[in-house]
Amino acid sequence: MGAILELAGVRKSFGALRVVDDLSLTVAGGELVGIIGPNGAGKTTLFNLVTGDLRADAGSIRFLGAEIRAAPPHERCRRGIGRSYQIPQPFGDMTVFENLLVAATFGASMSEGDANAACAELLDRTGLARHANALAGRLTLLERKRLELARALATRPKLLLLDEIAGGLTEHEARELVALIRAIKATGTTMVWIEHVMHALVAVADRIVAINFGAKLAEGPPEAVMVDPEVRRVYLGIEV
Amino acid sequence: MSALLATHGLAAFYGDFQALFGIDFAIHAGEAVGIIGANGAGKSTFLKTVTGLLPAAPERIVFDGRPIGGLPAAAIVRRGIAMVPEGRRLFPSLSVEENLLIGGYAKRAGPWTPARVYELFPALRELRALPGNALSGGQQQMVAIGRALLANPRLLICDEISLGLSPLVVQGLYQTLPAMMREGLTVIIVEQDVGLAQRTTSRLYCFQEGRVSLQGASSELTRTAISAAYFGSTAA
Repeated sequence: MGAILELAGVRKSFGALRVVDDLSLTVAGGELVGIIGPNGAGKTTLFNLVTGDLRADAGSIRFLGAEIRAAPPHERCRRGIGRSYQIPQPFGDMTVFENLLVAATFGASMSEGDANAACAELLDRTGLARHANALAGRLTLLERKRLELARALATRPKLLLLDEIAGGLTEHEARELVALIRAIKATGTTMVWIEHVMHALVAVADRIVAINFGAKLAEGPPEAVMVDPEVRRVYLGIEV
Repeated sequence: MSALLATHGLAAFYGDFQALFGIDFAIHAGEAVGIIGANGAGKSTFLKTVTGLLPAAPERIVFDGRPIGGLPAAAIVRRGIAMVPEGRRLFPSLSVEENLLIGGYAKRAGPWTPARVYELFPALRELRALPGNALSGGQQQMVAIGRALLANPRLLICDEISLGLSPLVVQGLYQTLPAMMREGLTVIIVEQDVGLAQRTTSRLYCFQEGRVSLQGASSELTRTAISAAYFGSTAA
């Protein structure tokens, strides 16, 4: 399968601060790419440029072959780009099921009947079925993280961008999450995953891209990137 | 020696839902104590109750010999308890430095100044004039930690302090902890990395379904015992 996402020469500055610096990145269909890097390296900004939350200053962003750099976020979502946020932001006064319905209805343009069926199935897949009628604002951190993932899936993404979904989970909970990510990958969904919990990322990533100061520091199979001296020096902090 | 902070049979409720059932907890001055447990076990609820964000009967929480249960959160900060909250919760309209200075609003004397926070997190120094929400998630977490330190607390409570921070920064933070404690800081750490919690604290409490399921010296608790205390004896 060919490239699903192609970034070429992408730049983004906030005032004098250059956050993404001439970055090029290609993600193949069905691939799971992990993104690592120091705090402030530009990882989440990169996601924001792909989803349209932010506009790139320069460069090209192609999704399924089409240039999307100028498209608004809702259009990119309907084309098939879904995402989760670092701090889950559910509609707290709506139930878990209603939160999913919003995503399915507005993100995937599903009819009411289709949305109901798809969301019920998603609740089962993500282990949220027994919380279907709970108010989202009352969920624990783990449940909110699961809802964040389920909500992104409800938009029927071809490309799913995950931003630190394993942080704050116990080892056991992280293992369950990895199993869920594997199941999503098996359905053919392409994923890019920003994560500091390395054991979770290394368990499923096909490839890892390390970035620093908005540019690529290293790229390759997880086992190669984890032993890269520069990655160890600026990110992992293990003396070499 | 009497405890710096102790809770006696502490209960907490969200409406009709009881989240804590009779928590007995104690930490002495100069100690680092860890709280571990699965998500939903009641760890954050316990911290919210101790810091005045959830109601409690006065005598159920005793700090420095005086009952503080149910006091307003601001009064508890003035007594010397500061928390790094889950989810960072910076003031988005304020700059990084203003966010830090808000931490010192209670005007408690002590070693922490913005300059010292920048020594701890050098990345924040050049970002200090930017609005809090212009920072990356991990940088915002650094500000949240700095803000709590500027309260110059006697007791620092860290709820998932490493969330969103790179492995290198987490390592640096935990290496700094002993120096902070030598200056008189007492620390409660909620941490999901059990190995890290064991290495950095002298005692651990494990919470399960709103109760203390295990407690003891961090170095003496076995993985098997901790695993059982996390999930209950049937699932371990």
